[in-house]
Amino acid sequence: MSLISTLARLEAVSTGRAQPAATVRHRRLSERPLVFVPLTTAGEAGAPLGALVGTDRDAPHLLVVPQPRDRDLRFTFLSELADVVLPYIDAYAVDVEAAERNETDPETGKRVKVEVELCANAPQLIVPSRAGIDFVRLLGRSMRFRRTAEQDPETPYPAPPRVPLLGRWLTHFAERARVPGSSLLLAMTDVLARHWATGQSTLEDQHLGALLAWIDPPGGETGAEAALRAELARDRDGQLLCPPAGPATDPAFDNKLLAPAIERYDRARTALAAAEDGLQADDRLGDLTTAEREIRALVASRTRPTWDAVWRGLDRLRELPEASRVEERWTRDRWSFTGHRDRVLAGEPPQPRRDDAVTAANKLAAREREQARLEAQEALDDPLVMAGRRLSGEAFAGEVTEVVMAYSEGKRPSPRPLVTVRTDDRPHLGERAKVFRSLGGKPQSAEFVGYEGDPEDGSALIVLRVLDKMGRGKEPEEGSVPEKGDELCFTLFEHEQRGGAKLPDPEQTPWTHGGPPGEQVPEAADALTEEDVL
Amino acid sequence: MPPPRTRGTALRHRLAELRGPDVPAKALDARALAALAANPGCRRRAILDGAGVNKAALASALGSPSAFGQSQFALTRGNAFEAKVKADGGAELLRLVHEKLDRTAEPPAHARVPELTATGPEGRTARTALALREATEAPGEWTLLDHPMLALDVAGSPAFLEPDAVVVHPDGSWTVVEIKSFPMLDGSADAAKVGAAARQSAVYVLALEQVAARLNPAPRVRHRVLLVCPKDFSNHPTASAVDVRKQRAVTARQLARLTRIEDIADTLPDGTCFSPELPAAELTAAVESVPATYAPECLSACELAFHCRARSRASDAVTSLGRSVRAELGDLTTVEGVLSAARGESGDPDDPAVAALRRAARLRAEALGREAVTACR
Repeated sequence: MSLISTLARLEAVSTGRAQPAATVRHRRLSERPLVFVPLTTAGEAGAPLGALVGTDRDAPHLLVVPQPRDRDLRFTFLSELADVVLPYIDAYAVDVEAAERNETDPETGKRVKVEVELCANAPQLIVPSRAGIDFVRLLGRSMRFRRTAEQDPETPYPAPPRVPLLGRWLTHFAERARVPGSSLLLAMTDVLARHWATGQSTLEDQHLGALLAWIDPPGGETGAEAALRAELARDRDGQLLCPPAGPATDPAFDNKLLAPAIERYDRARTALAAAEDGLQADDRLGDLTTAEREIRALVASRTRPTWDAVWRGLDRLRELPEASRVEERWTRDRWSFTGHRDRVLAGEPPQPRRDDAVTAANKLAAREREQARLEAQEALDDPLVMAGRRLSGEAFAGEVTEVVMAYSEGKRPSPRPLVTVRTDDRPHLGERAKVFRSLGGKPQSAEFVGYEGDPEDGSALIVLRVLDKMGRGKEPEEGSVPEKGDELCFTLFEHEQRGGAKLPDPEQTPWTHGGPPGEQVPEAADALTEEDVL
Repeated sequence: MPPPRTRGTALRHRLAELRGPDVPAKALDARALAALAANPGCRRRAILDGAGVNKAALASALGSPSAFGQSQFALTRGNAFEAKVKADGGAELLRLVHEKLDRTAEPPAHARVPELTATGPEGRTARTALALREATEAPGEWTLLDHPMLALDVAGSPAFLEPDAVVVHPDGSWTVVEIKSFPMLDGSADAAKVGAAARQSAVYVLALEQVAARLNPAPRVRHRVLLVCPKDFSNHPTASAVDVRKQRAVTARQLARLTRIEDIADTLPDGTCFSPELPAAELTAAVESVPATYAPECLSACELAFHCRARSRASDAVTSLGRSVRAELGDLTTVEGVLSAARGESGDPDDPAVAALRRAARLRAEALGREAVTACR
């Protein structure tokens, strides 16, 4: 944590309200996001208990598994979930625009431009917390290797038709969420914590209710009071007033309310199965429906507050203007979405359990590159982020006090003007260090020449030699050289990220990394057993 | 006239007094062990754990109940899984130990499973030590100890530990087995949970080494423990060998560093008692008489954390925002102290921490378009 964000947290403590940690919004928010608030069963791996899901904040779909250990009921849940999520994704998959992409021509080996489709927009999934992202990944993993009866008539417990497809999409979303700066799948707590500093620790910020209490305390209360209530306050039955954002439920809820309700449901089901005639069966079916309705009400009561909190968070985030470089990052999300759409359409197999060496290395390199890009772009978009970089000596801002025209030596002299900047910042400038400023959205580079004089007020005079973006002529193009009196901000970090060294093709994987992966074989489904819990 | 008491019994009496009359000592559980590693410098936690005080009950009596609890679904599943792993005299468990840790040994066709029941933790510890000695003295066979009891000296008083299982190999070496019900998905499990399991097992390894040191020749306690988890989404066990050398070294060092419980107990006023029966005000005073070192990490490891957090916040301490915050603020420890230093109202401008703070405040104000409040640079 930088000193600036520490200071913001301390101010939040003293004022009782969260303080801004950003002046603009650094993530894309879709006009029509799909909010997903899942609950899971304690102790089971990926056994959903229920969920609220949908794009309409007033009318979420409530999906419930009345007996989470029952495979058929779980499949019903998953196929209902597919019925909500897949049409939402498909709506974005059909709307395309033409775009160009560089590809290597297989015959000539040259880089050529190819006309391809790019989805005009992409879907966006929003979950309450980081644990929600992990749960999306887990659900994806549990579904994508399932076999439907159509794929494999022999399979003992066939999955409903669209469930494996949903698994592939959820896997893609969860995988994309690991790329810094991406917005296909967002955790509300992460996005809120990026934009506001609360008066509590980052650990406590993981609690959506407490985080929102600091950002948006209900009438008259301080953030600290409201957050404490959100974390701990219980009603007379010992139930939390603000249920955890999930997917894990509160043990007190499990033990006092859910377990008895599930037991009643089980009893009603056994009784129905044992019914001897139609009349008795009708009666007992009524009992079963009542028991099921009770569980639905319980799940709704635990997910609805979180659902509303997520939408409240969205409201607050939408009040911030979007940062200008978010669009560019969102275009990358669109490429990622289009790429997976094409893989699904081309009939490729689901994502493997483990990536081969080259794919894994590529993914890691991409994440590192995106992290660097994100850090640079956030700083350029947001003076508050830039302030942090200035404090740490990675950037400096100040007024131009002098510009002296100079030229490079050589046959065709080009302009290399010397610019003097007066700054209060203390950048860590090495000899001939390169610095960059944003000129019309593009980086212009300059070279550190030296310090000039020694002003008495503690500021520094930095002399720089501008190196590029001044046109081809002998005289620099208009507006391309700073003028006296300009307020400028230079960074020591690069604005745009270059790709790293190229990795070999998968067929050329060296033996140190396991050698070529060989022919891709379709992955087997998970082994199924009688007592499988999923 | 009472018989002259030895140092050990004197301490035991003192700790029993701290617990309160007729309150049984609570064994160190996994959470207490995790707290030990997470916050070794906390004297409050050290004395309460050392005296075997039930901190959950204490927290409730103080009016800041802990939020820990276990869902009965998780409990049922965990117990069912453990029973499945240990079914048939531990055949599956021993097969996994053989496959993952000791492939050169004879496959475990049959194994000894000694009876370990006894009265009281001391009795069970003695029974376990005896069973371990017998198994080691008759090598060539596999032995499975189901829920043995081990004693570990924590800051001068014995803490009782109950691993899920300990296996004695045919070569006489010992392995700790930890059974968890979180899944191992495609060969990997949640890193945080594996880390917690490794720290827990490391403590068991240390306790076993103390038992081993009393035998001649001392048998080897293996530093690779076996972590058994359900495979993927099924209920079938799968296992992985986890090297706990690092966790063992860390825990051993922290145990050695712990302020001796006797020394802490000596600083307490006479008549101090942590019995949950006492009125809240009296109890608060008792708890406050031992200093705590609160950090947000305590929230996931200590039952008393909400109480300590409230105190830390009330005293305006910056550590309630995280340990890293404290690190960059030098001598400034209170929220108001930092803010007034940042505003230029207090603090020595030559202090590098204060100077950095003022620069940060000025840059932040500038970025937010506020009037800079710094009077001087």
